[in-house]
Amino acid sequence: MEKFEYSAAVTGMGMSDIGRRLMRDPMALTVDASLAAMADAGLTRDDIDGVCTYPGMVPGAGGFSGAGAHDLMDTLRLKPNWHNSGLEQAGQLGSIVAAMMAVATGLCRHVLCFRTVWEATYVQLQRTGQIRYSGGSGRLSGGMEWRIPFGAASAANWIAMYCSRYMHDFGLTREQLGQIAINGRKNAALTPYAVYKDPMTMQDYLDARIVSTPLGLFDCDVPCDASVAFIISHKDTVKDCRRGRAVGFEAVGTANTERVSWDQGDLRYLTGIEGAANMLWSRTDLRTKDIDMVQLYDGFSFNALCWLEKLGFCGVGEAGAFLEGGQRIARDGELPLNTNGGQLSAGRLHGYGFLHEACVQLLGEAGERQVPNNPQTAIASSGGGVPGSALLLTAP
Amino acid sequence: MSKPIKRPLPLLTDSNRFFWTSGADGKLRFVRCSDCQNYIHPPVPVCDKCLSMEQEVVAVSGRATLAAVTVNHQMWIPTIEPPYVVGIVEIEEQESVRLTTNIVQCDEADLKIGMSLEVEFEQCEDVFLPVFRPAVAATQNPAGEH
Repeated sequence: MEKFEYSAAVTGMGMSDIGRRLMRDPMALTVDASLAAMADAGLTRDDIDGVCTYPGMVPGAGGFSGAGAHDLMDTLRLKPNWHNSGLEQAGQLGSIVAAMMAVATGLCRHVLCFRTVWEATYVQLQRTGQIRYSGGSGRLSGGMEWRIPFGAASAANWIAMYCSRYMHDFGLTREQLGQIAINGRKNAALTPYAVYKDPMTMQDYLDARIVSTPLGLFDCDVPCDASVAFIISHKDTVKDCRRGRAVGFEAVGTANTERVSWDQGDLRYLTGIEGAANMLWSRTDLRTKDIDMVQLYDGFSFNALCWLEKLGFCGVGEAGAFLEGGQRIARDGELPLNTNGGQLSAGRLHGYGFLHEACVQLLGEAGERQVPNNPQTAIASSGGGVPGSALLLTAP
Repeated sequence: MSKPIKRPLPLLTDSNRFFWTSGADGKLRFVRCSDCQNYIHPPVPVCDKCLSMEQEVVAVSGRATLAAVTVNHQMWIPTIEPPYVVGIVEIEEQESVRLTTNIVQCDEADLKIGMSLEVEFEQCEDVFLPVFRPAVAATQNPAGEH
């Protein structure tokens, strides 16, 4: 039996405006991205027979949850055969895998997938009193009670502790880790939608205020307002779509083989990555040497480091040496990393930005920031610390 | 000890109350499997090793090892003033059992992954938060400072 990945393709990509404090309704962003993705695929809303998103409508989640599947279905009067959303997936890109399965099983021909954030605007609305913070009065549960009483309230703290342990065990330096942030900023200079494009030197990186040792400000991604959408289509429809060609899927990695926990697992690497990475390679004959670029989740710089290492692009504990000097991961290096700037500089598109950039590059449509020599393969990943996922994508 | 800080606190339930109130007598407690003696944390009703649902709450030594650490410099919660130290500690009885906690009474320069720690408790309302200080034998300071 042919593997299910070959049944699906990315026929359309769309983005809303992206920025800090756009002061736009998150549904407006979602509609912009969704209509753009449909137009990109040469489809109309009548062609959409599936809807899938991360995380869906999550009450009390503020700017993290922009629009639910039901909201968009009703807003655009979509009539899907199947729809799905959820926070508990294999990373944000787990929603793409769900859509792939829907087309592979024959439930759908064209699934609209989207991820909307409006974190910058939400915070501004809170500051100006237009939204009252609804949480915070009650007591903690659902896992948060084990960390927040101690002031460990942010993923910055939780991930900083892993990074401290990795540095202790393997001798990673801040300068080596900083290459991920500096590389992202360099790439973002050529990304029209990137939030931060100003040049950044190693000294700028090292001098930035410390958020939670060893992580400084530029190890942390940029909350923003954005919606990114894709059309995941059955391969048989590709010839009828606008381009007549599409980015394909070679393999997915969605396994979780570790504790689902921020403190009970291996403390050297963020959990939720290893299983996904191993599963990805188990589903393809391609190997690391065959990969032309990687778009790896960098909610924090250390996430991307963990993905690099767990995907096997360097040996155990060797990510620091791999990153040293930054040449390997540059756009014209042996393994271009986060060629749109990643979440550290382009903005927290929350997983979907990595798939978007991989598709744009594999279609040869990246303009000024195009990776040279017609890249044929890319890995996009999401997650780490929470269960993650990885996609191995192929050029048309 | 400095004056009590108003912190977000855990919702006490029948499954976690023993943990969060354990410090009332100065002892740290965990759930342990009655059949295979495996410590289970966070508390869930089944043993991850042998799937037994027979379990008991037992006091442990309160000694632990620092496994990961960060000095937080950003204010996340208005009542908790940075900087403060957050660590993950492994309890002496079973290193796979960890707590995210605060490391107290320790200069930043003296924080070392692998250092020996011992528990103390910070009472906030009806909750006794277990936090950890350098173990007396391991500290550079003269004994009896606190």
